[in-house]
Amino acid sequence: MVELDTERTQQVLADVYQRESRRVFATLIRLLGDFDLAEEALHDAFASAAEQWPRDGVPANPRAWLVSAGRFKAIDAIRRRARFDASMHEIARRLEDVADTGSSSDDEIADDRLRLIFTCCHPALASATQVALTLREVCGLKTEEIAAAFLTTPSTTAQRIVRGKAKIRDAGIPYQVPSLADSAERLDSVLAVIYLVFNEGYSASSGDALTRPDLSQEAIRLGRLLSELLPDSEALGLLALMLLQESRRSARSSPEGDIVLLEDQDRSLWNRDYIAQGKAAVERALSNERIGPYTIQAAIAAAHAAADSAGATDWTRIAALYDLLAGVEPTPVVALNRAVAIAMRDGPAAGLALIDDILQRGELGDYHLAHAARADMCRRLGRTADARASYERALALARQEPERRFLLKRLRETS
Amino acid sequence: MKYLLLIYTDENAWTDSEREHCYAESTELTHDLHARGQYLGASPLQPVATATSVRVRDGKRLVTDGPFAETHEQLGGYFLIEAADLNEAISIAGRIPGARKGTVEVRPVMELPGLPPGA
Repeated sequence: MVELDTERTQQVLADVYQRESRRVFATLIRLLGDFDLAEEALHDAFASAAEQWPRDGVPANPRAWLVSAGRFKAIDAIRRRARFDASMHEIARRLEDVADTGSSSDDEIADDRLRLIFTCCHPALASATQVALTLREVCGLKTEEIAAAFLTTPSTTAQRIVRGKAKIRDAGIPYQVPSLADSAERLDSVLAVIYLVFNEGYSASSGDALTRPDLSQEAIRLGRLLSELLPDSEALGLLALMLLQESRRSARSSPEGDIVLLEDQDRSLWNRDYIAQGKAAVERALSNERIGPYTIQAAIAAAHAAADSAGATDWTRIAALYDLLAGVEPTPVVALNRAVAIAMRDGPAAGLALIDDILQRGELGDYHLAHAARADMCRRLGRTADARASYERALALARQEPERRFLLKRLRETS
Repeated sequence: MKYLLLIYTDENAWTDSEREHCYAESTELTHDLHARGQYLGASPLQPVATATSVRVRDGKRLVTDGPFAETHEQLGGYFLIEAADLNEAISIAGRIPGARKGTVEVRPVMELPGLPPGA
């Protein structure tokens, strides 16, 4: 025990809450087998700490202390309820068995956080539920914060979380890190949730603001956590991709909230610290045998970050990386981005031919960026009428206010 | 936990030999599940052309020809299994031949106290 004055103890308690509460929660779910019981136990454990630590001092291992306090509080609560409900007796007895099995090691606790992530991102849950549960249970965001981030009401979000937890319980979704046989598929679903959270923060799908930085920070925190807990190249690739994209945040919109294209960005505003971390992560990811789509996209972002000016961009390398990406992820959006890279390497005529191919296949007809890219190629080729028609089509499809302003500006400039 | 695995496929999409092969493969799966203590029951169903729907409204019984709902894919059979958790149930569902042609819906079974013993 470390003896401290009351004020200092309060500070320690706040720090411990910030650092440990989600870990303690993840372990309590494993021990208690129930999200709601664990949540209650977590609150009770911190309430006990607030009462006892100022009096008795801060325990040497606060995390273990909190897990143990939470566990005993839960057993007490269940025993009290058992006086009214006989079915609780058996549960209380089972929990006491658990209580006797000694404390959890640090490794086990790390596994618990991974268990929690994989459980919240289980493919048997709807995507919106996976996102809401991850932000609530893994990151500890409040329901109101999640609702605001995704432009829905707190009651809708709360209901989604309640239903998600009910499905975990009633359908028997286990609190487990998936077996090796299922791990690739299950990890994909975790990475998709993290990237979705990041993108919602980086490029809000609708509304006035271009970005919601808090969500991106949360996603990066999750990405760091996952790549620390799990040695996987794509987890590392995703972290690198997020860091490199995030490094450009303050350069990609003007003080008025208008979009600034990559080629026009003031590169001195790029966050060098994030670029360095992102580059280190992508190099580690590329040294693995399995190179997946996140890693390739991160390598593309790293190639942009390496150029001191837009003119110094290595488009040969970037176009080659897009060829690689189109091989592992043959989607129309990747084909579109590849076309733009090839236009930079070989000229706008080559890019336009590829974009027209994509549109003629009936793909991306409703995607505003496909028409915006086509308009850009036409503009650079001096085909003004075609450029205007495509900007107008893009404008009709764009939903985000800053994007609409950008397209209007381009339309005015093209005449 | 008990899970009911409901197999939905387009019943017209099967050739006779495919159907025979499916029955043989499914039978093999039931024996494998039985050996692991996970088998509670399984059966293919006769085609929806044989279905009859019964409703009671205001105390009056209404009997009509046809299934509960006309859909592109029909309930064609089921497995009732014992599994530790949803992951185990999903992995068994993935071994049902109907999953390769249609969809297997995995439903946890509610344990109602006071039922007679049996599947």
